[in-house]
Amino acid sequence: MDGLAHQIVAGIATGGIYASVALAIVMIYQATHHVNFAQGEMATLSTFIAWSMIQAGMPYWVAFFGTIVVSFAIGVVVERILIRPVANAPVLTMVGVFIGLLLIIGNATGWIFGYTTKVFPSPFASDRPLFGGLVSAHELGSTLVTLAVLTLVWAFFRFTRLGLAMRAAAYNPRSARLVGIRVGWMLALGWGMAAAIGAVAGMMVAPVVFLDPTMMLGILLYAFAGALMGGIDNPAGAVLGGFSVGVLENLAGAYVVGTELKLTVALAIIIGVLVVRPSGLFGRVVLSRV
Amino acid sequence: MPTLLEVKGLKAGYGPTHVLHGLDFRVDEGGVTALLGANGAGKTTTLRAICGMVRTEGAIDFLGQTLQGRATEDIVRRGIAHVPDGRGTFMELTVEENFRLGAYTRRDREIQADFDRLCGWFPRLKQRWRQQAGTLSGGEQQMLAIARALLLRPKLLLLDEPSFGLAPLIVQEIFGIMRRIRAEAGVGILLVEQNANLALELADLAYLLETGSIVMSGIAAEIRQDEAIRRSYLGY
Repeated sequence: MDGLAHQIVAGIATGGIYASVALAIVMIYQATHHVNFAQGEMATLSTFIAWSMIQAGMPYWVAFFGTIVVSFAIGVVVERILIRPVANAPVLTMVGVFIGLLLIIGNATGWIFGYTTKVFPSPFASDRPLFGGLVSAHELGSTLVTLAVLTLVWAFFRFTRLGLAMRAAAYNPRSARLVGIRVGWMLALGWGMAAAIGAVAGMMVAPVVFLDPTMMLGILLYAFAGALMGGIDNPAGAVLGGFSVGVLENLAGAYVVGTELKLTVALAIIIGVLVVRPSGLFGRVVLSRV
Repeated sequence: MPTLLEVKGLKAGYGPTHVLHGLDFRVDEGGVTALLGANGAGKTTTLRAICGMVRTEGAIDFLGQTLQGRATEDIVRRGIAHVPDGRGTFMELTVEENFRLGAYTRRDREIQADFDRLCGWFPRLKQRWRQQAGTLSGGEQQMLAIARALLLRPKLLLLDEPSFGLAPLIVQEIFGIMRRIRAEAGVGILLVEQNANLALELADLAYLLETGSIVMSGIAAEIRQDEAIRRSYLGY
């Protein structure tokens, strides 16, 4: 019974990571109707930036917040320089650009920082297991950080003027322009925020999976499964989907398919959702009359 | 009355298709100008052209400054509010959020006072304050669209067929509100309508569009009186 409880708790901890990345994907999807395949690689690059800062002797939390700021800037610059010129291009062009971005960032990360696996520190290091071994300090800490990020993002969109403007620009760009919102900048801001959220996810997962240029590959798949499960156009659904996938993956890994086949769970969820309920659990079903 | 908006030789189109073939018209400060015409005459395109939503040629001067080549959001920030066809409300957001977005460009302290004033004009919106705009009836959505546009505190209001698809009683109510806007807010209005009778009742100046050209223009009251024009152009 203890084993089961631990598997669930650990699932929630990794689920938080998936939820963050899923939220980053959904934020960009809502505004552009495209999935940023490079979201994972961008997070990996961010984590390497944090690693270099820590290597250079910065205290962990200084590096943590510094990385968030730098990642935000990278997100904005990527949108302005690479995405904006092709914003009205056909879907296949966009997919091409995103895959190109994935390859460029992934390989640039490897080229700059090398392909050897690195140890990334956890700020929640503690030798003593908490709650009678139910949860490790890092699992608890990273879950709290994830929840704090998700709450902040939610409050930003719910209560601030800028958050409202970003939602308006995503729902209805044409009407948003008519109330004076600079829609182009809202998109850039969305990219910046998605990159910053991804950076936090990267820094929280790196102590568990270790840091290398392909670190986020599997995580992106789980996050994508979570986003689809919750409904790709529903941020709250995506977050819930991320947590669910984390728990499902852990339970399936421990009791059903074994750790080697864990990634299959993500793929099975993706296919299952697309076949049975393409709009996800909480997604909007768009009906159109012909 | 001084001129608010002066348009000369306006041409516009979508891609290779030309829709407007050189229009001249004006809106006076605090005045109402009606653009009349059948479907496909180019009325909606004219409004889009003023807002920088389509490519244009010719002169569009607003308060003596050209709007030519400016981005929609910059034109809006100069004080032109547009209620487009399809209304331009944010269906997924609440009535309150639509109000807040209407005042998005403003930094003054009178926003709340304007909310209260508009809720007085549109009591039904007050009742639906926290409801999603998409759940409102057609008439309520039109009211919300007009309220949203007025919250910008515009100098010029562009209205695209405010009577479209609404029941006669609701249309009466909306035109009543427009009379009020005219009297109380001192806003210039460029009104696009298919319902010529209603539009001429409200307007000072009227222009009749046919396939992208102005075929007749004049003082609205005179056009209303002129039976020959009414029969041959307006069909009532």
